[in-house]
Amino acid sequence: MANFETVEVNTDLLIIGGGMAACGAATEAAYWAKKNGLKVTLVDKAALDRSGAVAQGLSAINQYLGMKNGENTPEDYVRYVRQDLMGISREDLVFNIARHVDSSVHLFEKWGLRIWTDENGKYVREGRWQVMINGESYKIIVAEAAKNAIKDAGGEIFERVFIVEPLVENNRCLGAVGFSVRENKFYVFKARATIIAAGGAVHVFRPRSVGEGFGRSWYPPFNTGSSAYFTIRAGAEMTCQEIRFIPVRFKDAYGPVGAWFLLFKSRAISAAGGEYMVTRKEELKNWAPYGLAKPIPANLRNYLGQLDVDEGKGPLLMMTHEAIAKLAEAYKDDPKAFKKKMKELEAEAWEDFLDMTISQAHLWAATNTRPEEKPSEIAACEPYFIGSHSGASGAWVSGPEDIPTPYKWGPVNMTTVEGLFAAGDASGACPHKFSSGSHAEGRIAGKSAIRYLVEQNPPEPKIDSSKIEELKKKILSPLDRFEQYKDYSTDPTVNPNYLLWRHCLDRLQKIMDEYAGGVTMSFKTNKHLLERGLELLQFLKEDMEKIAARNLHELMRCWEVVHRFWQAEAHVRSVLFREETRWPGYYFRADFPRMDEENWHCFVNCKWDPANDKWEVFKKDVWNMPGV
Amino acid sequence: MPSYVIAEKCDGCKGQDKTACMYICPNDLMVLDMERMKAYNRDPSMCWECQCCVKICPQQAIDVRGYADFIPLGASVVPLRGSKDIMWTVKFRDGSIKRFKFPIRTTEEGTADPIGGFPTHDDLKSEALATEPASLGIDEVPKYKGQ
Repeated sequence: MANFETVEVNTDLLIIGGGMAACGAATEAAYWAKKNGLKVTLVDKAALDRSGAVAQGLSAINQYLGMKNGENTPEDYVRYVRQDLMGISREDLVFNIARHVDSSVHLFEKWGLRIWTDENGKYVREGRWQVMINGESYKIIVAEAAKNAIKDAGGEIFERVFIVEPLVENNRCLGAVGFSVRENKFYVFKARATIIAAGGAVHVFRPRSVGEGFGRSWYPPFNTGSSAYFTIRAGAEMTCQEIRFIPVRFKDAYGPVGAWFLLFKSRAISAAGGEYMVTRKEELKNWAPYGLAKPIPANLRNYLGQLDVDEGKGPLLMMTHEAIAKLAEAYKDDPKAFKKKMKELEAEAWEDFLDMTISQAHLWAATNTRPEEKPSEIAACEPYFIGSHSGASGAWVSGPEDIPTPYKWGPVNMTTVEGLFAAGDASGACPHKFSSGSHAEGRIAGKSAIRYLVEQNPPEPKIDSSKIEELKKKILSPLDRFEQYKDYSTDPTVNPNYLLWRHCLDRLQKIMDEYAGGVTMSFKTNKHLLERGLELLQFLKEDMEKIAARNLHELMRCWEVVHRFWQAEAHVRSVLFREETRWPGYYFRADFPRMDEENWHCFVNCKWDPANDKWEVFKKDVWNMPGV
Repeated sequence: MPSYVIAEKCDGCKGQDKTACMYICPNDLMVLDMERMKAYNRDPSMCWECQCCVKICPQQAIDVRGYADFIPLGASVVPLRGSKDIMWTVKFRDGSIKRFKFPIRTTEEGTADPIGGFPTHDDLKSEALATEPASLGIDEVPKYKGQ
């Protein structure tokens, strides 16, 4: 076996991840841990300053209720999410996040985030729920507070340590194991409670760009299904594994469209078909009641555009020039004021990209595109797993104590595995939390985990050292495999004794794309395709036992592919189980082309049993908050 | 646009135990070639183009060349990140240039106080998180009122 030192870290609370939810968890947990003499440890595969989906920055905060100004209530948010997800959401969790989210935003502002304000000092709204920010350093600021909190509480942060597997015994989480991607060290974190907040999953499906542009996914390529893998492998019940998210964004570079639709009030059209939201309006009746209520769910807006694309009426265009002309029109009689307004709109348009999708600004510049002069193409991206946005995949977690929800078996945000909590993309069925709500949910989970430690005082983890050795051997085996076989062939990339990570990733993406409704299939699939996809996934699963790595970086890539694989399998099984089409703009079951409220107004949950390696997929009732 | 390192400008962050770009890349892509003492992006096709490496490089030795798949040559988008602002220089393929300057934070680096100066409390059982209800700006954490 590769010669790696084993480093054991003992802690009360382990936080896995470094994004918004993990930072929220760290900030809140550290406060309560210090008061109760407990230790908090955070482990992140990257550097906290630029870790997670907000690494590049953001141009807006998408969830802010404005409760202090009486703008919205948590009940309003529950109604909004219910509508957007076609009736399927954990309303108890959505409510809970909504009632705490404003305080995360107010904290960000205190920490140094610049939120746009109007002449009266009120936040500038992009839409009903969104506020505009100068967010280039959003993540650095949020990470700084988390680091300061952990330092103040005497906790520890491990960066560049990649967590591979949970430690679980008798349905209790005892921590996690992984390795450093910088030095030959194998890490064993023994924890009395664990929060998983390691993001969603990208590159499960084949992206649109497959050459050098492979990494230009909308959601970042370093979000690799590690949360889903961790909870599935721990034996936790999962939910909404079929509810992937496909955003429509500026084509190829995936620049944000929110500001264009909401702030600039731009129209989108298909070049040959016109304004598809108008010409396709009749189609919405097929998706009643959600299709007929406002706002029209994101997946249905996608779907109407997709219908034009399928009929060859593309490309889809964002009418940026028209929108800017309209906004500047009010100033047309005053050349000076007009010039000033145009300059202001231009800066806002470019900052929107520069703050969060720099390559879109690059693409505009490289194609001599000026948004005030001509429209830009938009298109549906590839599918992603992102329970914090308009997708909903994640672990099934316990509801808030003070809400009469039927989903309650432990402290809030604890999964069905004792001592294992989830937040952000890791917790399912409570979408539309975005950056701020993920942070708020992290804070909720952080306090909940400390309270669990104080009140239930779970025992110190005891793990058989042979079990640790076995895990170490398994996790390092890709390095050993390469060493063992590398001299058999003259080209280390082609060798019948092993596959490299990229080989496995390419195969996974091909299967998912062609059988589970990816880009090349126009997001359509059916029972036969899904069953064949499952067969092919099993071959890949067996072949992944022969995955090989040449160095620490590749060892991380290997396990990232394995993590994605488990997300993929949970997805295919859940899509197969739900015999209807409910989110036609996310995927379309061609054999069940209609929504079936009578039989399928329910969650699809699933669970992998670690004891016998068996999957179970089943229905769970949707609970609506009475009176909301 | 995967990042690339301009050989002439990179000094391998001399004297440091790791280079700034290696430290920051969220996708573990930047590595130091110890023989040449120059950094490089080991896998451009996994690059998200987040420019974290570009922004942090003390030598301004890192730039990006648009993804060959879909970004025509000739343009550049170059940030200059200070402690309060970021300045962007956008060069178009046709040679025209635009400059933008945006604020990035309102406080001194390192000073973020986790509780933000809000009053806190000791009640581990309550729904109120550490800084609530003060940080919400309302009198109490909203309760579900029922039917």
